[in-house]
Amino acid sequence: MEIIYTIWLRSMKRFVRSKSRIVGSIAMPLFLLVFLGFGLNSVVSTTSLGQEYILFLVPGMVAMSVLFTSVFSGIQIIWDKQFGFLKETLVAPVTRLEIMLGQTAGGATTAVIQGIILMVLAVLLGLKITNPVGFCIALGFMVLVGIAFTAFGIAIASRMEDMTGFQLIMNFVIFPIFGLSGALFPISSLPAWLVPITLLDPLTYGVEGIRYGLSGVSQINPVVCAAVIAGFAVAMTAIGAYLFRKISV
Amino acid sequence: MTTAIHVDTLTKRFGDLTAVDTISFDIGQGEIFGLLGPNGAGKTTTLAMLSTMLEPTSGTAEVMGIDIKKDQDGVRKAIGIVFQDQSLDEELTAWENMDFHGRLYRLKKETREQRIDELLKLVELSDRKNDIVKTFSGGMRRRLEIARGLLHHPQVLFLDEPTLGLDPQTRNHLWQYIETLAKEKNITIILTTHYMEEADRLCNRIAIIDHGKIIALDTPAKLKDSIGGDVVTIQSPQTEKIAAALAAPWINRIESHGEDVIISLENAEQHISTIVTRLNEEKIPITSISVHKPTLEDVFLSFTGKTIRERDADSREAMRMHFRMMRH
Repeated sequence: MEIIYTIWLRSMKRFVRSKSRIVGSIAMPLFLLVFLGFGLNSVVSTTSLGQEYILFLVPGMVAMSVLFTSVFSGIQIIWDKQFGFLKETLVAPVTRLEIMLGQTAGGATTAVIQGIILMVLAVLLGLKITNPVGFCIALGFMVLVGIAFTAFGIAIASRMEDMTGFQLIMNFVIFPIFGLSGALFPISSLPAWLVPITLLDPLTYGVEGIRYGLSGVSQINPVVCAAVIAGFAVAMTAIGAYLFRKISV
Repeated sequence: MTTAIHVDTLTKRFGDLTAVDTISFDIGQGEIFGLLGPNGAGKTTTLAMLSTMLEPTSGTAEVMGIDIKKDQDGVRKAIGIVFQDQSLDEELTAWENMDFHGRLYRLKKETREQRIDELLKLVELSDRKNDIVKTFSGGMRRRLEIARGLLHHPQVLFLDEPTLGLDPQTRNHLWQYIETLAKEKNITIILTTHYMEEADRLCNRIAIIDHGKIIALDTPAKLKDSIGGDVVTIQSPQTEKIAAALAAPWINRIESHGEDVIISLENAEQHISTIVTRLNEEKIPITSISVHKPTLEDVFLSFTGKTIRERDADSREAMRMHFRMMRH
């Protein structure tokens, strides 16, 4: 536990100091929320959503900021590899599992904080958080999404030599995961052939879970959402830990 | 003297390249032991195996009596390392880097804080302890890394090219630290270097390593004595003619390397005028001529037939060839 805490603590210190990164990674989902939200608010029929489009969009954008921050936190291990710092941790009398779990905890925390910042900004745009239980449910889903995708990032970083493949991963893996998740549109409005693909996307269950927490309605049963995203988080942590064990510097 | 490190026929192969080739040696406790050789000789690979970062292909080694293959954590607790490439977190302060290390080695809070203050004082970084490492110079980073390597009170300290890329003044400063350390803390230090003066100045014993093999191992004094006599170095644009012009029984050996001709002989003072006269008679121009006692450079030359600089160039060439072949 001590070691996991130590590595988590380092992530937190780095996070607090990287103001530009905090602002940078909040900007994209915030802009999308504002542009798409206000731009499409009057165009999108609100009857099928049961709420205004901009408010429908909030959980999706929260999930987006958690997703991108956590994947990026995981992949940052490559920087540690390139700047030599990883050697310092690998040569210490600690297990690789402890290092990996510490990184995951750090990345997930960072991601959840980013998500909360976005949620607070969304309040200014009209989001009303009236139900503390709902807020906690949303938070719980954010934590699970954060853990799952930080571990996913670590798994990728363990197999990558440098950051050159990063763009590829972002465009061909992370962006489709985001796009297919129902963050931008209700799953029920999709053509029938696309629905199964959406249901294969683990982030769908995260987005729906957060949506349930914030608005009380979701298109997938929240219990199913919790089970799927929790299972995915456990699986990713196991895979990440396995691949990280074989990392070499 | 008790043994701190015992290495027995240690070997590491990467594909068909043998980086470290059945080396064996023992290092006594409290000794400063140097691995001297050109780039690519296998020094860093040897350290990586001894520090459990790399699994040996064959052979064994023990650090403070602990087998490097059987008890990796045991070895890791007993050693401190300063890597060749920097391994600090640049976004943390000096103190935070130390604190992170102390926590990783599970030091209690009071012990940790007391030692961090103590060590930062030793490496003269106390007044910069709350500054982000990004703002540090190369020498300061090196000193911080050495302090960090000592934080958990290792019995053996590994220094991989500790002064590479530092200016002469900082280098001198670091040498003093290392000497003080060995004396005051009585820890065993194993360092790699391709600087002859560094090995000569710091090390109790030196293993000269080339192409993954140890080709000589002794104290610097004895290694230099093994050459015997004196060394005369002549610089000239016509080195190829010098050997023939100087053939004489009092010359032990004569070799040319680039613009230098290196002659080893006894009582150089008595023969120097003869050498100059002979070369003048043959109309061979002399750019410079010097007489000196053998240095480790001469030792390296006599064992490998090349200067360490020529070997460095060789290994760069070999690397280029290797990569070219991999591409095709």
